[in-house]
Amino acid sequence: MRSFSSLLAIALIFTLAVAQAEEVTVAVAANFTAPMQEIATAFAEDTEHQARTAFASSGRFYAQIHNGAPFEVFLSADETTPARLAEDGMTVPDTRFTYAQGSLVLWSADPERIPAGEGAAVLHAGDFRKLAIANPRTAPYGAAAIAVMQALGVEDSLRPKFVQGENLPQTYQFISTGNAELGFVALSQVIKDGEISAGSGWLVPEELHAPIRQDAVLLTRGADNPAARALLDYLQGERAQAIIRAYGYHLPN
Amino acid sequence: MGLGFSDADLQAIWLTARLAGLTTVLLLIIGTPIAWWLARTRSRLKAVVGAVVALPLVLPATVMGFYLLLVMGPQGPVGQLTQSLGIGLLPFTFWGLLLASVFYSMPFVVQPIQNAIEALGERPLEVAATLRAGPWDRFFTVVVPLARPGFFTAAILGFAHTVGEFGVVLMIGGNIPGATRVVSVQIYDYVEAMDYAQAHWLAGSMVVFSFVVLLALYTLNPQVRRF
Amino acid sequence: MAQNGIQARFALDYGDFSLKVDLDLPGRGVTALFGHSGSGKTTLLRLIAGLNRTRDGYLRVNGVLWQEGKQFVPTHHRPLGYVFQEASLFAHLTARGNLAYGMKRAGNAAMGRDALDQAVELLGISHLLERRPHQLSGGERQRVAIARALAVQPRLLLMDEPLAALDLKRKREILPYLERLHDTLEIPVLYVTHSPDEVARLADTVVMLEQGQVRTQGSVSALFSRLDLTLAQDQDASAIIEAVVLSHDDHYALTRLKIAGGHLSVARLQRHVGELVRIRIHARDVSLALDEPGTSSIVNILPAQILELRELEQAQMVVKLGIGSSEQTLLLARITRHSCDRLRLHQGQSLFAQVKAVALMD
Repeated sequence: MRSFSSLLAIALIFTLAVAQAEEVTVAVAANFTAPMQEIATAFAEDTEHQARTAFASSGRFYAQIHNGAPFEVFLSADETTPARLAEDGMTVPDTRFTYAQGSLVLWSADPERIPAGEGAAVLHAGDFRKLAIANPRTAPYGAAAIAVMQALGVEDSLRPKFVQGENLPQTYQFISTGNAELGFVALSQVIKDGEISAGSGWLVPEELHAPIRQDAVLLTRGADNPAARALLDYLQGERAQAIIRAYGYHLPN
Repeated sequence: MGLGFSDADLQAIWLTARLAGLTTVLLLIIGTPIAWWLARTRSRLKAVVGAVVALPLVLPATVMGFYLLLVMGPQGPVGQLTQSLGIGLLPFTFWGLLLASVFYSMPFVVQPIQNAIEALGERPLEVAATLRAGPWDRFFTVVVPLARPGFFTAAILGFAHTVGEFGVVLMIGGNIPGATRVVSVQIYDYVEAMDYAQAHWLAGSMVVFSFVVLLALYTLNPQVRRF
Repeated sequence: MAQNGIQARFALDYGDFSLKVDLDLPGRGVTALFGHSGSGKTTLLRLIAGLNRTRDGYLRVNGVLWQEGKQFVPTHHRPLGYVFQEASLFAHLTARGNLAYGMKRAGNAAMGRDALDQAVELLGISHLLERRPHQLSGGERQRVAIARALAVQPRLLLMDEPLAALDLKRKREILPYLERLHDTLEIPVLYVTHSPDEVARLADTVVMLEQGQVRTQGSVSALFSRLDLTLAQDQDASAIIEAVVLSHDDHYALTRLKIAGGHLSVARLQRHVGELVRIRIHARDVSLALDEPGTSSIVNILPAQILELRELEQAQMVVKLGIGSSEQTLLLARITRHSCDRLRLHQGQSLFAQVKAVALMD
């Protein structure tokens, strides 16, 4: 009898705790998939809130949010999409911040293709058939890749060799299958345990392109959800930032 | 921005029409013998071949696109072949897109023709044989005219489906203007770039085009409504 | 090896159906392939046309080899005409287009033109030529189909139950045309049917098939009077007799016919003297008398000899009779067992057959 009432008490406490825990629905840029999954797990452990995540391109999320999709927090792959949502009045003012900054890498599946530190020379030589980039009109990494080639003065000579992926995963696929010998992708796609795990690559110096800022913002739908604000805070905490760095992003100074 | 089609749009439309037209012609040439065989064989291989032809109906475009990329890539069998023939690699080229289109639009051409030939039965061919018509003669003077609604449906569906295909093109096209940037990809780019005004022009045109095609199919050819 | 006629040897086994035949058929006239459905008659016809194929078959038509061992002349190289059970006209062509289809391919345009005109005339379809198949009645379609088969100037005409898909009215419409074919055609015709009536009207020779085997083969009259076959045991059992028109008697409106071993008087026929006609005498219309009846309303009384007796169900008997001294003409009589016993009928007995009715077949 005693053991039964204590069991009941535990069950009651547990139920109450769950009742206090809130859920937040997050739209996450596809390139941030892996780190976000890890962050969501940590978030649940540390706060008892739950983050439900959806992954797609920023452009698609823009259309969906505009048309009433139930997202409360938006982690974009760029800074322009959250800015446009802010103009459209779809966000809570003063909640926008850069949660991660992307690193661009010139990468090839062929371990011999890009000798250490000689990425710029490889581009100058132009000794390849196809160079894959993400669509510069829609993907910030693509725009950054164009900026890098402009800075190196090879854009015009290389343009006939461009093949465009619609997004970073597709660009990566073009290169990894060997259909394009090399291309520009996110460091987060090829990094493992702090280094480029397969093929060969060149980490593009940051001064060659404008920073690839990925901004997060609180959407109007999540204004009254404590879990939404908790997640935005958590992203700026130590544990989340460690995860972000481990995936090849860096953080704004 | 402005209203109407940009030069890039017109280029995409022309490319799409060329791709769909060539695909349709190739498929009528390749698909007809396959449909013929499928309609008449008693071979045990019929189920296997029929299933392979129908695969694009059920496979997600990503799966098809991914394997086409691998197969036509430098390590893939088709890629090895095209390289040894000195053609180079097919992904990101018009010809690669054409090859992929022939594959993914195959069931839309083969099945209506197969259905028409099956509906025709053996009898008209036997009659023609007793009237001195050899196999080719029988095909062109009996099968083609009697199965014409099937061929008509096949051509329209093959063309329309090639125009409408997007996922596979995205995966193996590389979005190269004039070579692989077809209308559906152009629309996708506009949407992704949040340029909805331009997207509407092209997307609306696609809706109208598809509607007109299906309307033509159903009015001119009311007895064939397999799809 | 006979140079004329059709020599056909086929064997096949589909598990649930097997066929094994070895036939030598006449090179002229109509041969009926007669039997129930499933007896293999259509299969045999298709084997002869080359529409079906057995691994080792043998087929020679009027001296020309069509199949032997690995040698196989495909259907479109065989000079045959084929009429299917359903007319099977090409729906995309007019009647004329259907006729022209085979003619164009059979070669020799000038002779083909003659064959076409002849076929059109023979089947009475000149007013139908511009119509599409769907604008023709079932009977008209079948007539066009027969003309189409003839227009290729075949050296062998194969007909697979051309009347079976038609109702009685349409059958009556076409039968006269088929009978004209019978009289006009110089080529052998193989005619598949399950109808005794069509056999009686159209065939010269009959091959009776049962379960893929040849049960018997012979002349129509011999076959119809075989007591061991169901034909002679049937209610409609009858004798088929060839006769020649001898003379007409306009006063009594009678026609006198000559048959082997005797004469018959029948109601006035619209036939010329000397013409060959085929008549049918039902077994139930023949009665028997031991002595020559002196006074009787029955005109046709023929001396006959009992060749064979057979008991039927319900105390009925069928008697096979030979007419005249040479017994060339066969007649059937259906009587009760009671009469048989009363008259003490037995094989070899001479008596008189009284014929109550005679039907003209063609």
